[in-house]
Amino acid sequence: MSEASTANDLKTPLLDVERIRQDFPILHQEVNGKPLIYLDNAATSQKPIQVIEALDKYYQQNNANIHRGVHTLSERATADYEQARGKVRNFINASSEKEIIFVRGATEGINLIAQSYGRTNLKAGDEIIISEMEHHSNIVPWQMLCEQTGAILKIIPINDDGELMVEEFEKILSPKTKIVSVVHISNALGTINPVQHIIDRAHEHNAIVIIDGAQATPHTAVDVQALDCDFYVFSGHKLFGPTGIGALYGKTALLEAMPPWQGGGDMIKMVSFEKTMYADLPYKFEAGTPHIAGVIGLGAAIDYVNSVGLDAIAAYEQELLEYATEKALEVKGLRLIGTAEQKASILSFVIDSVHPHDIGTILDHEGIAIRTGHHCAMPVMTHFNVPATARASFAFYNTFTEVDVLIQALEKARKVFS
Amino acid sequence: MFDLQDLYQEVIIDHNRSPRNFGKLDDATQVAEGYNPLCGDKLNLYLKTEDDVITDVSFDGSGCAISVASASLMTDSVKGKTIEQAEQLFQDFHNLIMEEENPGEEQMQSLGKLAALAGVKQYPARVKCATLCWHTLRSAMQGDAAPAMTE
Repeated sequence: MSEASTANDLKTPLLDVERIRQDFPILHQEVNGKPLIYLDNAATSQKPIQVIEALDKYYQQNNANIHRGVHTLSERATADYEQARGKVRNFINASSEKEIIFVRGATEGINLIAQSYGRTNLKAGDEIIISEMEHHSNIVPWQMLCEQTGAILKIIPINDDGELMVEEFEKILSPKTKIVSVVHISNALGTINPVQHIIDRAHEHNAIVIIDGAQATPHTAVDVQALDCDFYVFSGHKLFGPTGIGALYGKTALLEAMPPWQGGGDMIKMVSFEKTMYADLPYKFEAGTPHIAGVIGLGAAIDYVNSVGLDAIAAYEQELLEYATEKALEVKGLRLIGTAEQKASILSFVIDSVHPHDIGTILDHEGIAIRTGHHCAMPVMTHFNVPATARASFAFYNTFTEVDVLIQALEKARKVFS
Repeated sequence: MFDLQDLYQEVIIDHNRSPRNFGKLDDATQVAEGYNPLCGDKLNLYLKTEDDVITDVSFDGSGCAISVASASLMTDSVKGKTIEQAEQLFQDFHNLIMEEENPGEEQMQSLGKLAALAGVKQYPARVKCATLCWHTLRSAMQGDAAPAMTE
C-alpha cells in the first residue's frame, strides 16, 4: 500500500479533532488489544461527555414527571424538556415549537405520519412515491398503509452510482401522487439526495413531502422552512444523543388537521366517557410519559454539535471521505457501492473473495468497528447484486490515521483469503 | 483474546475457496431453502434419500466463509449416512459450537473435519453462519415447505 500521503499532510485546520476526541470517553479504550477505531457511526454515533452528564444530571437532580406536578422537581424537568424542544426547533429552523413532536426515532416518526396523516387522507388508487434507496423504515410503514387504504406504492429507481434517477421521478409524479417520502442521505450508499428539487416538484402536483433525515442531521445543516418540506424526521442517537429519542417536524396546519396517533395521558385537555378533548400541538401527539431524559440528552447533543459547527463538521468529513475513498480504491479487488457525486462520509464496499461478514470479523480483531450486512436497505443490495456490503461510516471524531489503520486491516483481510 | 487463525483455519479457507458438493442436484428428492435474515445469507439444499439413507446432497447460495465452509463440510459429512445419523451429527456439531464444555473424544471423532469449525464458539455473532446449513438440512429431511430461518 502506498504511504505517499499520510495523516499529518491532510489534517484540516477546521477542527481540533484531538480536543474533540477528549469529549468522547468511549473512544479511549482497547478492543481485542488494539485501540478502538469506531467506524459504525451510521448505525449509531458515540456520545460526548456533555450528553452523558445531561442524562446524569437529570436522573441525579431533576427526575420527575413533566407537565403535571406543581412541585419543584417537576417544574425543573418540564422546563428542561421544553427547552430541548426549543433547541430542536432552532436546529432545523422550524417556525414554531408546536411543530416539534418528540418520538422514539425516525422510524416512529414515519409510522406516525403514515398512520395519522396517511390513513386519514389516502384512499384506494392514490399513490405514494418512495425511492429504491430507502431504509426499511421508509418502506414498510408505506406498505402497511397501502394494505390498509388500497393506495399504491411507486418507486424512484437509482442508477449504478447510487443516485436517484430524477427523470424517472418526473415520470411517475402524477395527480394521483399524494405522498412523496425520500431519504435525505442514504445510510447504505452515502448519497445526498436533491431533496429541494424533489420537494418543489412534488408540491407542483400538490403532494406532501416527507424527508427522512436520520443520516442527514449529523452531517449537514437542515432548514425545514427553506426546504419547505411538509414533514422531516430524525433520530437522536445518530446525532450523538441518546437512543430511543427522535423528533418529527410537521407543518402546523397539517399537524392540526391530523388525528392523534396514540391515546393516553398528556395528550388530552379533558376526558369523560362521553367525550374527550385532545390537547393542542405538540402534546396531541405525545401520549404517555415521554423519554424525558432522552429529550434532555438530545438537547445537549444539539448544543454540542452547534458548538463544533455543522459547516466545519461537513467540511472535515468531506476531506476524510475523499482520503478514505482514494485509499480504499488502492485495495485490490475492492469495489465501492455508492459512488454518487454528492456523498456524505459513508464508505460502502465489497471485496472480491472476502465476504463482508468475514471482513467485519477480521477488522474487529484489529479493534475496528464497521457494519456489515444489508443495512436495512435490502432493495439497494438487490440493485447492486450483492448479498451485503461492508460499511465504514465516519464522524468528526474520526481521524486520517484511523483511515490508514482501516486500509491496513482490509489488506490483512485480503491476505487471510488469498 | 482469540487468534484469528482459530476461526479461519486452513480447512475453512479451503472449503470456502472450493466448496464441495456445490450446485443443484437435478434428481433431488427433497429441496429446502435456508435464510439468515440478519445478514442476508441464502442457501438451497438438495437432498437425495433412498430408504432413509442420504445417497447424495448438494447446496448452492451465497454466504460468508464460515457459512460456505460449514455447508461444504456438512454435505461431505452426511453423505452416505442415515437421516438418524445425520440428526445425531447435527446435535454433536451444535454442542461443539454452542456448549461451553468441549465434546468427548468419541464425539470429536464422529465430527471429523467438522471440528475445524470449533473456533466459531468464540464469535457469538457468527454461530448462525455455521448452523444455517444444518437447519436447512433438517428442513429438507423433514420435508418442510417454509424456508429454514436462523432467527
